[in-house]
Amino acid sequence: MANARPNTFPFRGLAKGLKVTLKTLFKRPVTVHYPLEKEVPVPRARGVIALDTEACTVCMLCARECPDWCIYIEGHKEMMPPAKEGGRARARATLDRFDIDYALCMYCGICVEVCPFDALFWSPDHEYSEYGIDGMLHDMDRLTDWLATVPEPPPLEA
Amino acid sequence: MTQLDPRVAMHLSDAAVSVELETPDMTLNIGPQHPSTHGVLRLVARVDGERVEAVEPVIGYMHRGYEKLAEVRTYAQTIALVNRIDWVSGFANEIPFVIAVEKLMDVEAPERAQYIRMILTEMARISSHLIFMSSYPLELGAATPLMHAFRERERILELIEGVTGGRFHPNFNRVGGVKPAAGGGSATKKLIQDLPAGFLQQARDAMDKVLTVCDDLDDLVTGNEVFQARTIGVGVVPRDKALEYGLSGPNLRASGVGFDLRKAEHILPYDGIDFEIPTGENGDCFDRYIVRLAEIRQAARIIQQAVDRIPSGPLQAKVPRVLKVPPGQAYVRAENPKGEMGYYIVSEGGRVPYRVKIRSASFSNLSILPWILENQLIPDLVAIMGSLDFVLGDVDR
Amino acid sequence: MNFWLLLVIKVVVILGVVLPAALVVIYIELKVPARMQSRIGPYFAGGKYGWAQPLADGLKFLQKEDLVPDAADSSVYKLAPYVVLMGTVGTFVIIPFGPDLVARDLDLGIFYLLAISSLSTLGVLMAGWSSGNKYSLIGGLRAAAQLIAYELPLVLAVVGVAIQAQTLSLNGIVDAQASWEWFGSSPEWLNIVPPYLILQIVGFVIFATASLAELSRIPFDMPIAESELTMGYLTEYSGLRFTMFFLGEYAGMVSLAAVASTLFLGGYWLPWVGDDVLNVLGPGVLLTKVLLLSFIFIWLRWTFPRLREDQLQTMAWKWLIPASLANILATGLLKVVF
Repeated sequence: MANARPNTFPFRGLAKGLKVTLKTLFKRPVTVHYPLEKEVPVPRARGVIALDTEACTVCMLCARECPDWCIYIEGHKEMMPPAKEGGRARARATLDRFDIDYALCMYCGICVEVCPFDALFWSPDHEYSEYGIDGMLHDMDRLTDWLATVPEPPPLEA
Repeated sequence: MTQLDPRVAMHLSDAAVSVELETPDMTLNIGPQHPSTHGVLRLVARVDGERVEAVEPVIGYMHRGYEKLAEVRTYAQTIALVNRIDWVSGFANEIPFVIAVEKLMDVEAPERAQYIRMILTEMARISSHLIFMSSYPLELGAATPLMHAFRERERILELIEGVTGGRFHPNFNRVGGVKPAAGGGSATKKLIQDLPAGFLQQARDAMDKVLTVCDDLDDLVTGNEVFQARTIGVGVVPRDKALEYGLSGPNLRASGVGFDLRKAEHILPYDGIDFEIPTGENGDCFDRYIVRLAEIRQAARIIQQAVDRIPSGPLQAKVPRVLKVPPGQAYVRAENPKGEMGYYIVSEGGRVPYRVKIRSASFSNLSILPWILENQLIPDLVAIMGSLDFVLGDVDR
Repeated sequence: MNFWLLLVIKVVVILGVVLPAALVVIYIELKVPARMQSRIGPYFAGGKYGWAQPLADGLKFLQKEDLVPDAADSSVYKLAPYVVLMGTVGTFVIIPFGPDLVARDLDLGIFYLLAISSLSTLGVLMAGWSSGNKYSLIGGLRAAAQLIAYELPLVLAVVGVAIQAQTLSLNGIVDAQASWEWFGSSPEWLNIVPPYLILQIVGFVIFATASLAELSRIPFDMPIAESELTMGYLTEYSGLRFTMFFLGEYAGMVSLAAVASTLFLGGYWLPWVGDDVLNVLGPGVLLTKVLLLSFIFIWLRWTFPRLREDQLQTMAWKWLIPASLANILATGLLKVVF
C-alpha cells in the first residue's frame, strides 16, 4: 500500500506524466465559457433568498434566529375590513421594510427553515454581485423579484 | 586585527585573505501573505543561505473566535458556524458537534440519517484530500495535477450541493438527524429534504471518476521521479515523534500508527463497511502524500458500499422544536480529513451552550513545525509544510 | 547599401520576428496548458479563441504603475529588465533564417551566442540584488548559481556539434547538416531527418535540459519558484518592467529554441529547393521548429514539479557535465577515426 514506490527504469514516471497531459490536451475541456454559457445550479442551491410578502406575518422569527442578524424587518398593524358583513374588523400585520444584507448573510438557511408561514424560499440564482457594499442590501421589492426564480423542489430518492 | 582605514585595507589584499568571512543569519518572514502557507500563517525563519536554522510559527491571523461565538448562539446557529472551521471539508466538521449535542440530549439519529452523514462525510474527505492532491504538487511546482483533481472534486461538491444546498458550508446536520424540511410552513412542511432522485447513482458514477483520477494522479505525480526526489526521505517524522507531538489523521498514519477514529469509535455506522486504514512506513512527505491518495480510494470504497445498503426510513429523531439541552458535558471526536476533530460542549441547560472547546486537527498537527523544520532547506520547508496539509481556518478557529 | 540603413533594417526585422514569435509562444503557453488541464483558457480577447490575450496582457501591464521599492537600488533596478531582454534579443543577430537571411554571419557565431546569452544572467542578478527584497535576493543568488552550473553543459553540448561541423559559424553548421552524407553516398533529402539529432542526440538532450535551466523553467525554475520565493527576482517588479522580464523570458525561449533548431535540427534547411526559395521558406521552417521545441518546453513545464536547488546542482555537475565531456570525447574520436 503505502510502500508502493514505483521504482522502475529511469524516466518512466516522467514519461507517464507527459502521457497524461498529452491525453488531456486532446480531450474536451470541462469548463464552460462562463458569461456566454452557464451551468444550471442544482434546485436546492442556496443562492439568494426570495420573499413572499403576502405570506409574511411580520413574526420576526427569521430576524431573531439569524446567526448574524442580517435581516431587518419593520411592520405595522393594519385594520382590514371584516370578511363577513357584520363581522369584526381584523388586524393584519403588514410589512414596511424587509431587508436582507447579503454582505453579512452567511447563507446558512436558518431563516428559511424557521419561517412558519412559507414566506421565504431559496433560489439558486447567484448573479447579483455589486460594485459597492451598499448594493448588497436587498430591499423588499428586490427580494420579491427573486420569487420568480424559485425552482420546483427536486424529486426525491425512493 | 586592528581597525584599518578601508582605503588602506583595499590595498592590503593579502592581509584581507586571512580575515574570516562573516555571514550573518538572515531573518526571513514567510507569510502571512505567502503562496504556500495555506492562508495566513506566518513563519519567522532564521536562514543561513538556503538553510533554515530555526522556525517560529506565528498563528492567530485568522482567529475568528468560534469558541466564543458559540457561547452566544443557539445550537442550530452554531452548526452553521462549525462547518466554517476547516472549510475544505465543511460537512465533516458538523458531525462531531451534532453528535455531541445528541449525546447531551440523549437522542440518536435514525439509521438513514446516519448513512447520509457517513456518505457526505466521506465525500468531504475526498474533496479535502483532492485539494491536498492539487495544492501539494503545486507547491512543488507542478500546476497540472491541480486542475485534474479539481475537476473530480467539482463532481463531489455538486453532489454535496445537490443534497444540502451548499458546496462548502452544507449546514445540513440537525440535532437528531439531517435537515428535515425545506421550510416550516404548512405548504412545505412535508417537503422533506431527503436525497434528491438519482443521487445514489450519481454518487456511484462520481466514485468511478474519482478512482480514475487517482490513477491519473499516480501517473502524473506519484511515479514522477522529480516528485519522488523532492519528497522521499524529506521531513521524516518517526513514530514516537508523531505521537509525542500529537499528530493525528493521515500525518499520524503516515508515520506508521494505524489509528483511525472511524474504526476506533463508533459514532457513524462504519462497522458494517469493509475498508482499510492505509499506513505509511517512513513518515516522510512521500508517505503522507501516498496515505492520503490511498484514503481517497478507501473513501470511494466506503461510499460505494454505503449507497448500496442505505436503509429507508425517517431522517429525524423526535426532538423539540426549540432545542433546550439539559445540563451536562460531552466530548465527541471524529476522524476529520485533517485528523482528529473534537468538540467539548458544556451545557448549563437552555438554548445556548455554556462553553464549547474545539479540538481541531490542523492546530495540533502544526505544533510539530518548529521541530521538523529545523535545519531544512527552504524548498524542503515548503514541501514539508505542504505535506502536513493544514488549513489556517482550522488552526486559528 | 548604406551600412547604417542596413543596420536599422536588420534591427527592425529582428524585432519584427522576435517579438511576434514571443507573443505566439505566450499564446501557446496560455492555451495549451489550459487544454492540458481540461480548461478552455483565454477566449474573449480578440473575439475568437482569445488570440489577442498576450497583447491585452501587455496593454494591461503598460497601464500599471511602475513601482520602485524604497529599499531598491533604483538605477540598477530600473536597468535590469533591459539587460535581460538585450541578452536574449542579441542572440538573434547570428541566427540564420535562410541562406542569406542572417543579420551577421559571424565566424565565431557560437562563441558570440554563448557570450551574449550569459548577459541575461547578469540582468537577473542585478534584479535580485537591487530589489531590496530578501526573496528577490535569494532568487537572484539561486539564478546565479544555476546559470553558472548550466552554462557549462550548454557550452560543452555545443562543442560536439562544432567538432562535427568543423565550424563555429551557424550558417556553416546548417550547411554541414544539409550536406551530411550517411555512409558516403546517400540522397540529400535523407537529411530531412536532421543528422545531428541522431549523431548528437546526447548533446541535444543535454542542450535542451540546460536550456530549460537557463530559461528558469520548471523543472528548473528555482530562481522564480513561486511557492517558495513568491516569484524570486521578479517579486518587486510591476508594470512595463515586468513586461520586459516577461517578454525576455519568452524571447529567451524563442531564441534558445531557434539555436537548438539550428544546431541540432537542421535550421532553415529544406531538401529539393534552391537557395532562392530557401530565403523565402527558411524563416517558416525555422519558426515551425522553434514552435515545436517551445511546445515541448511548455509541455514539460506543465507536467513536472520543480527540483531542489542542491538536486539541480548535483544534476549539472555530476551528470550533465561528465556526460557532455564524454560526448565531446566520443565525437572527437569518431571524427578522427572516420
